[in-house]
Amino acid sequence: MAQVHLRDVVKNYGPLEVVHSINLDIADNEFVVLVGPSGCGKSTTLRMIAGLEEISGGEIFIGDNVVNDLPPRERNISMVFQNYALYPHMTVRENLGFSLKIAKRPQAEIDKAVDEAAEILSLTPLLDRKPGALSGGQRQRVAMGRAIVRHPDVFLFDEPLSNLDAKLRTQMRVEIKKLHQKVRSTIVYVTHDQVEAMTLADRIVIMRDGHIEQIGTPLDVFENPVNTFVATFIGSPPMNLLNGVVRDGAVVLEDGTTVPVPPGYQAREGQAVQLGMRADNVMPVGHSLPPTEHMAQIEMDVNLTEPLGTETLLFAELAGAEVQAKMLNPRPVEAGERMTFQVMLDKCHLFDAESGAALRG
Amino acid sequence: MASNAAHRTRRRALKWLHFFGLFLAMMVLCVPGLWVVLNSFRPTVEIMAKPPVWIPNELNLDHYRAMFGGVGEGGVPVLTYFRNSLIISVTSTVIALLVGMSGGYAFARFRFKGKAWIFVGLMCTRAVPGVALSLPLFIIFARVGIIDTHFGMILTYVAMNVPFTIWLIDGFFRQIPPSLAEAAQIDGCTRWQAFWQVEFPVAKAGIASAGIFAFLTSWNEYALASQLTRSVTSKTMPVGLLDFQAEFTLNWGGMCALAVLMIIPALILTFLVQKHLIAGLTFGGVKG
Ligand SMILES: Nc1ncnc2c1ncn2[C@@H]1O[C@H](COP(=O)(O)OP(=O)(O)OP(=O)(O)O)[C@@H](O)[C@H]1O
Ligand SMILES: [Mg+2]
Repeated sequence: MAQVHLRDVVKNYGPLEVVHSINLDIADNEFVVLVGPSGCGKSTTLRMIAGLEEISGGEIFIGDNVVNDLPPRERNISMVFQNYALYPHMTVRENLGFSLKIAKRPQAEIDKAVDEAAEILSLTPLLDRKPGALSGGQRQRVAMGRAIVRHPDVFLFDEPLSNLDAKLRTQMRVEIKKLHQKVRSTIVYVTHDQVEAMTLADRIVIMRDGHIEQIGTPLDVFENPVNTFVATFIGSPPMNLLNGVVRDGAVVLEDGTTVPVPPGYQAREGQAVQLGMRADNVMPVGHSLPPTEHMAQIEMDVNLTEPLGTETLLFAELAGAEVQAKMLNPRPVEAGERMTFQVMLDKCHLFDAESGAALRG
Repeated sequence: MASNAAHRTRRRALKWLHFFGLFLAMMVLCVPGLWVVLNSFRPTVEIMAKPPVWIPNELNLDHYRAMFGGVGEGGVPVLTYFRNSLIISVTSTVIALLVGMSGGYAFARFRFKGKAWIFVGLMCTRAVPGVALSLPLFIIFARVGIIDTHFGMILTYVAMNVPFTIWLIDGFFRQIPPSLAEAAQIDGCTRWQAFWQVEFPVAKAGIASAGIFAFLTSWNEYALASQLTRSVTSKTMPVGLLDFQAEFTLNWGGMCALAVLMIIPALILTFLVQKHLIAGLTFGGVKG
């Protein structure tokens, strides 16, 4: 049971600084997901918490202790690696019991802990196999089992599902969530898959280029992105961004279309902005959710459709940019058809065109 | 139908060609060895016969008996040579493996200045033919007073084998993902324990094969040993073969008998370790 705190943590590789003074507080039993594009420093951050990577500056706390100078084995953590890192020369049973054996626990206790972990992860029939004789998903479960036998203070996961096929990934995602409910422990989880992040996390940490861009609950980062990076990174399909200029309390897009400034946002007269709207909030009239207080209407040409069954994704063009929209109760749509769309303004966002920051009033 | 039959004949012809090729290759490999073994068991007359006698008329242990017999009757100090060979080969192999493991691990895992050049340098030492070194080595060893000693030979063979063992073992450690040792450290190992508990057992097969190479190199080496050993205190078996060479005669039978004794331990070792090699080469702890 432990919290984790990062205070101004910096990582340099020689002259190259790859993690820039990040601060993060993780509560006891919290499931925190670090997410961001490739190379943004997620793994490095996780490995610094694990003690596999020295930190170049700042402090890391696990529980109430500064662990900067503690080797991994003294931090009471477990880690699941992207390639699983199972010991190929040991059976599944030996893999699971390895940490307890190193800790010189009595054999009876090791057996009990291994059986228990195997039970939780349905590994019991595989206990006497070597990792080489397991499927990808089974190896993944062994890696998780190896992490849980010791009841660590903190679990660290580095993209544990990225080597699995899509179906198995969804299945394991559920298992990990269940596991968290069962073992109740602090988890730091790294992924570059925003769906994984949204579904698993209590709180999401979005990183870019060694900086933390935003920390918040999945809903929070989805509904209130602090900048265009977070806005486009979280959510699928990515948020539509349209360039425009503010005139008389409305955003004038490049082709002259005007859309009122969304409620809750504020911009200077003449400021270059980007209007952000998700596909879920742009729907053709007659195929949309019931109108709310703040609505706007725009006309667009539909170029392409992607029927998904209960809804159809429409690719339209507005002011030289592609806009994705959703159509409920779909009807067939011809390419090139001009349609009127309803925009739910209270779900839209306004960002500064230059800095990308949200213009919250 | 016709094309089917033609196809079948062609396939059969190919198969026979295949067998024939294999047979030729195996013959090239095996006949000299067989000849040596055969010669060690038959009388000198038959060995020297022209045209050669392929099917022996008579097999006996005369050459072996003579070899182990007194010095006067064509005997040579076989057991002493065997002991020398064993001491020198085993010791130099163990040392070469220890150095090779440390060096190979360092090359595989750590980053340090001049790594690439040191590696190239090590490989370059392999480009120098051993014989070219025999005279300089002889002079230096004579000065230092380690000519004709086990120590001198061990030193020579360690120097000969280390670049090779480092190179081989480096390759094997490179195949082991660093995350294995990291996982072990998280599981409670020190860096040192992580090596011995995880990385070493996984690389064991590779290290064993490097060991065989080092051992066989030392065991069979002749050029340097013939210069640096003088007497029974350090002569190895390959050098001992020359004892059968008198001024005008060559005791082929005796030579072959000693050669057989030389081959046997090497074969046994290879067989022992080979099982290990195959068992160890299945590698599935990481994604696959
Ligand atoms: N040993 C190293 N030496 C120099 N730079 C490194 C080293 N290891 C990582 N980096 C750099 O640090 C940055 C962050 O790497 P990191 O592995 O943390 O990325 P990541 O967010 O985990 O990406 P991915 O999703 O691809 O795993 C990258 O730009 C990478 O090039
Ligand atoms: Mg990574």
